[in-house]
Amino acid sequence: MLHIKNLTKVYEGSVQALTDVSFEVPKGQFLAVIGLSGSGKSTLLRCINRLIEPTSGQVIWNGIDVTAASPEELRRIRRKIGMVFQNFNLVHRSKVMTNVLAGRLGYNSPAWSLINRFSREDKEKAMKQLTRVGIEDKGGYRADELSGGQQQRVGIARAMIQDPDMILADEPVASLDPVLAHSIMRYLEQINKEDGVTVLCSLHFLDIVHKYANRVVALNEGRVVFEGLPREIDDKKFKEIYGRDAERVG
Amino acid sequence: MKEKKNNKPTVWKSVRNGIYFALAIGFIAYAFQVTKIDLSEFRKTTRMEMWTRALRALANPEILEYEQVETAYSSPVYLPCPEGQTPSLPEVGFGGPHLVAPTCGALGETVVVEGFNFTPGSTGPIGFVPSTNLELLLIKGTVTADEEGHFTFEFPLPNDRASVDVQYIRVVLRENVGAPFFTENASATWEKIVETVFMAFLATLIGTILSFPISFLAARNLMVNVKSPLTSMALNIIGWPVGIFAGGLLARWMMQLSSIQAGGIWLDIASVVVGGGIVWFLLRWALLSADENASLLKRLLRITALLFASLLFVYATYDLTSLGILAGEALLPKLGWFAFLANFIYQSSDILHTIMILVVALIVGGAVSSLLSRIGQRTNERLSPGPLQVINALLAGMAFALLFVLLGAGIDWLYQVENNLYVYTIPGAAGGVLGVLLAFLTKPKTSLPIGLVVYFITRTILNAVRSVEAVIMAIVFVIFVGIGPFAGVLALGLHTVASLAKLYSEQVESIMPGPLEAIEATGANRLQTIVYGVIPQIIPPYISYTMYRWDINVRMSTIIGITGGGGIGFLLVQNINLLNYRAASTQMLAIAIVVASMDYISSKLREKTV
Repeated sequence: MLHIKNLTKVYEGSVQALTDVSFEVPKGQFLAVIGLSGSGKSTLLRCINRLIEPTSGQVIWNGIDVTAASPEELRRIRRKIGMVFQNFNLVHRSKVMTNVLAGRLGYNSPAWSLINRFSREDKEKAMKQLTRVGIEDKGGYRADELSGGQQQRVGIARAMIQDPDMILADEPVASLDPVLAHSIMRYLEQINKEDGVTVLCSLHFLDIVHKYANRVVALNEGRVVFEGLPREIDDKKFKEIYGRDAERVG
Repeated sequence: MKEKKNNKPTVWKSVRNGIYFALAIGFIAYAFQVTKIDLSEFRKTTRMEMWTRALRALANPEILEYEQVETAYSSPVYLPCPEGQTPSLPEVGFGGPHLVAPTCGALGETVVVEGFNFTPGSTGPIGFVPSTNLELLLIKGTVTADEEGHFTFEFPLPNDRASVDVQYIRVVLRENVGAPFFTENASATWEKIVETVFMAFLATLIGTILSFPISFLAARNLMVNVKSPLTSMALNIIGWPVGIFAGGLLARWMMQLSSIQAGGIWLDIASVVVGGGIVWFLLRWALLSADENASLLKRLLRITALLFASLLFVYATYDLTSLGILAGEALLPKLGWFAFLANFIYQSSDILHTIMILVVALIVGGAVSSLLSRIGQRTNERLSPGPLQVINALLAGMAFALLFVLLGAGIDWLYQVENNLYVYTIPGAAGGVLGVLLAFLTKPKTSLPIGLVVYFITRTILNAVRSVEAVIMAIVFVIFVGIGPFAGVLALGLHTVASLAKLYSEQVESIMPGPLEAIEATGANRLQTIVYGVIPQIIPPYISYTMYRWDINVRMSTIIGITGGGGIGFLLVQNINLLNYRAASTQMLAIAIVVASMDYISSKLREKTV
């Protein structure tokens, strides 16, 4: 259960990214966050695991106040929250295997990380996750030798090896073509349905939202302008979310 | 707006441009005055001659020489002709080499001198030997024997050497025999250029190792996120000197223990192996069983094991160094050609033995300060703002007082103030007041940007060190470790640390932030983020900068010898001061070849790594 209360973020130079955002996400839900570019979707997702420090408001996750957590506690919270990014954010020069194993860092002693050491169980887990996303043969490749779709699968494997209770996906399919987009979304759906992992996913295309999401939160200029089921978004709501000049394309 | 600006009266514009132009001319004129530009020296014929001679010598490096055979012949001549005698030519003889020259001549007259039967191709000076000093040869020119061993020379008889005694026209022809061999200068140059290259290599190695960690402290993007509340910052500051002091004591203690036990090679080997094994297993157990939910007893046990393992590690390292020193000494006379390996074992053990105390002190300092700052963090989270502010004031006052007293002690050491009031009391009080003020001016729970402070201090120190030329640093190190290449290595190494750390940190600042963010989001701590997110991204530019720096170090070490820092520069300056331009030219050639090939090699290697 994720509870977001009156979350506000003001960037330096008084750019208001989020204003008084509040909503709840029950465990196991697939929530889509939609809105125009710059509406605050990325800021919202990053405020949840405090990659961006919120200005005010609270994020309460499974009863723990994330916004008040000490650095130590924050690391323990973060390792149960997987994150998937629009630009995959893999370390290009490292091997795919190392990129996936990086997901275990929160569980491992920093001393061992210094000499690049992971336990055998970790390596087995990494192999399992790579197999799950169908690239078990790519473990020894350098991450930048993979295609975009494959890189995003590595990103998902990295998030899943954390044994997460929740996944934050920041426009995971915006840099991919529609066919690949659906294959990546299906992995997220599978994780959500089979493992019961809560998914918060910011998305651009409404057809993808309709197909995969249980519920939608729409942002416009940092405010929640809609909250409900995907099918409730009619033309009027659509114009409210995307502005009066917007046309429906998908 | 813009239109309006352009419509200003053009007169004003021209006047303004005229003033700028006049100022520029004045600037250049003053530069002429200051740099003493003057062509009158250059027009003097003596200058031209000297210049030509120097350039010709430089173009003709002294590298090879031959064994030479001399053939000399003197022909007697009277100057002026004794009364009643007319100049006559002796018969053209046969057999050995000889000169055919008039038996007497008038002062200042030019006579024809011919030589016969000299070795073809031999060459040398021809001149006049005055009666006053038969050792002296007043050289009039150079002759070379042709294919038949013959030469002709128009000999100007001197006009100030009148004498009734016999005087001589003398020729000394030299020829090369056998194969050419390297001159003494060439072998000295070879020796010194090898020294130069290795000096540069070691300096680069030292610089790379030290600047690697420093570069992270000087990278803004990493440091800007490092924030901590005043409580943990103050405890951190207090922790460093306390930890360094404790670490120094511990290391000294271990050193004494180890030296008591040191009884011979076999005992040393045994204690190194056993101690190392125990350390390995303890560390493995303590680190791998790390578990946040462990009981208090298990945690205490783990901490004890870690402490014990660290102490044992220091002890075993001391044993290892004394083992290395013993082994190096024993092997030195036995290895023959490979004696340099024994010397390496000996010297590196000696270095490790010497710096161990410093390393241990720093590590313990870091450990104590990070432990204290963690305690500070906890305290900060638990307490309510009121009492916290009081604690903050106390701790910050202590921390800043300590910091200022230490600074005062440093200044006292340098400037010998020797007045406790100025050195300790006033700075201590000022620091205390500053700390208390800081505690009351900030909110007790806010995080202060301590990372940025460290960043600025690191940057400032790096810039200051970098602005001192390595040649000048060498002066200080020559006093420290004596004249020779070692001083050069230290000077170049220090300069390399400063400049590589800056170049490296700029690379860290330009990495892609995405992967960093992703690693951070997995719950990795700062160290892990650097190892997995930063280092893979910066390896190629680091390698290329290191190569580039080696290239620069080779060039710098060629001149560092000027101040006694070893390398080829010493030889070069010596030869230039002795006006021995041909020898100096050999050194210049060697430098040019080495620099050019380093340039080529480093660019090839850089291509491969990127």
